[in-house]
Amino acid sequence: MTILSVLARRLLHIAATVVLVTLLIFALMHLLPGDPVLMLLGEKASDAGIAQMRHQLGFDRSLFEQFWVFLGQMATFRFGDSITMRVPVASLIRDRLPITLMLTGMAVVLALLIAVPLAFVAALRQGGVVDTMIRVVSQVSLSMPVFYIGLILLITLAAGLRWFPVGGIGTGFVQDLYYLFLPALTLALSLSAILLRNLREALIEVLNADFVSFATAKGLLRSTVLGRHVLRNAWISTITLLGLHAGSLVGGAVITETVFAVPGVGRLMIDSIFSRDYAVVQGLTMVLAVMVSVVFLAVDALQAVLDPRVTA
Amino acid sequence: MSSAAQEAVPVLAAPARRTFKVPKTTLLGAAILLLFFACAAFPDQIAPYAPNKFDYRALLKPPSAAHWFGTDNFGRDMLSRTIWAARIDLQIAVFCTLFPAIFGTFAGCIVGYVGGLVDGVFRRIVDVAITIPFLVLVIAIVAVLGPGLINMYIAVSAVNWIIYARLIRGEIISQKRRDYAAAGKVMGYGPARILFRHLLPNAISPIVVYWMTDMALAILLGSSLGYLGLGAQPPTSEWGVLIGDARNFMTTAWWMSIFPGIAIVLAGTGFSLVGDGLAKLVRRR
Repeated sequence: MTILSVLARRLLHIAATVVLVTLLIFALMHLLPGDPVLMLLGEKASDAGIAQMRHQLGFDRSLFEQFWVFLGQMATFRFGDSITMRVPVASLIRDRLPITLMLTGMAVVLALLIAVPLAFVAALRQGGVVDTMIRVVSQVSLSMPVFYIGLILLITLAAGLRWFPVGGIGTGFVQDLYYLFLPALTLALSLSAILLRNLREALIEVLNADFVSFATAKGLLRSTVLGRHVLRNAWISTITLLGLHAGSLVGGAVITETVFAVPGVGRLMIDSIFSRDYAVVQGLTMVLAVMVSVVFLAVDALQAVLDPRVTA
Repeated sequence: MSSAAQEAVPVLAAPARRTFKVPKTTLLGAAILLLFFACAAFPDQIAPYAPNKFDYRALLKPPSAAHWFGTDNFGRDMLSRTIWAARIDLQIAVFCTLFPAIFGTFAGCIVGYVGGLVDGVFRRIVDVAITIPFLVLVIAIVAVLGPGLINMYIAVSAVNWIIYARLIRGEIISQKRRDYAAAGKVMGYGPARILFRHLLPNAISPIVVYWMTDMALAILLGSSLGYLGLGAQPPTSEWGVLIGDARNFMTTAWWMSIFPGIAIVLAGTGFSLVGDGLAKLVRRR
């Protein structure tokens, strides 16, 4: 199998999944008990007001018609208009998605910078003092909710030492990097706890593998064995892990953006829930699911490039 | 039989009886959990004050001998609130995982045993569930049902069972290829008996181990939703809600958010340490 055929198959698979995701979102919004109109207007709304809102949102049409409209909106990535902000959902998302992408991108880079070297140290000195310390710290941070990590960083580095802004976003790319550093570090710390634990196990397994003993027995330098044989395998497991946790990274971004008042899509999602803006919630759920699918595809592509066994 | 042979049996059997020395970390985890369960069971006896008692003479006081964890903006004792919150958070740990564990195990058994079309449908469900981020899906469901503890349980359960089902499905598929499953069939046992009496007991241990980890995850998720205002609602004491309440006093009253957070970390660590111990015990078998 070539890389292309692997990817083509994955792409088909992902397309099918996205269709199912669309169905699920529609079912969530239309079939679950709970009336969005009533929640939007409150219990005391007049019958005429309710009827008008129903009409405006298209809830007075048949379920089939609503589904048809919904499909059209999802397929064209337009998602209709925001109920409370009265602008197209697509433009809301387009404005805020880059911020979230930048935040998660920075978080992944930081998490790799933290987790990969530490995992190497821990795996090479198994059972040593450093290894034990790393494991204790990662165990504790695994039990730490993202919002709490964020709060501690906020209280100490932003409010206490005033090294960083308390929240919000800057103007221009360089300032954004500065404003997003603490939120990204928050996400990175929670991600690296997971990465570290799994990567350490993966590295220990690779270090004990026959091909590493063989490479050492051939008389290769320790640095060559580690750099060329172990590292390559470590990358494959790291990328797989990152892909697996793409969803929790997005979830973490939702929380982090709320803690640091970052105007990204996560913050938008939470705000929309409180303003009962269903159009935004369903549009965002869709976009985030597609984003995760793209990450899955990218992970498959990278694996196919790095690991010859995938295309064998 | 000679007396020598009779005596030889226990002598030979003794070393074969494997004793499991409980690791210290597991004991530590169990001790932590015991502490929290005590808080959840008898908060009125352990907590020094009533959790919702206002005291306008002691607003936003830092930790002191009278208030170990300080007081909040209504003069409520943070130690008492943190202790009372253990009841809600342990309830979250159980209620967010119990139904998923039971239903997921049942569903996963059926899916793994029957295979074919049923398995195909299940695999599509898994695809969808891993594509929509867990938190986003839960938040979307809570958005439709409305915020609150009960709706949070429903939302989490609706998603979480899939993880259990996926775990047990794999185990059942590997167990049903074993000889003893075929032997059961030859004996004329029905599929239900083979599945639940023979295969399930051999496949259940990863579920039990994961359940512990999942309770830690449930506390993290429940407190996160509480913090966001989507889970437990104030004035209920819940660790995430307490930290959310402290949002406006972050710089002036750090104790309001730091102590409930430590409780979350401790409880989470307790569950995962006990989970690790269980995992080791299972692996030895």
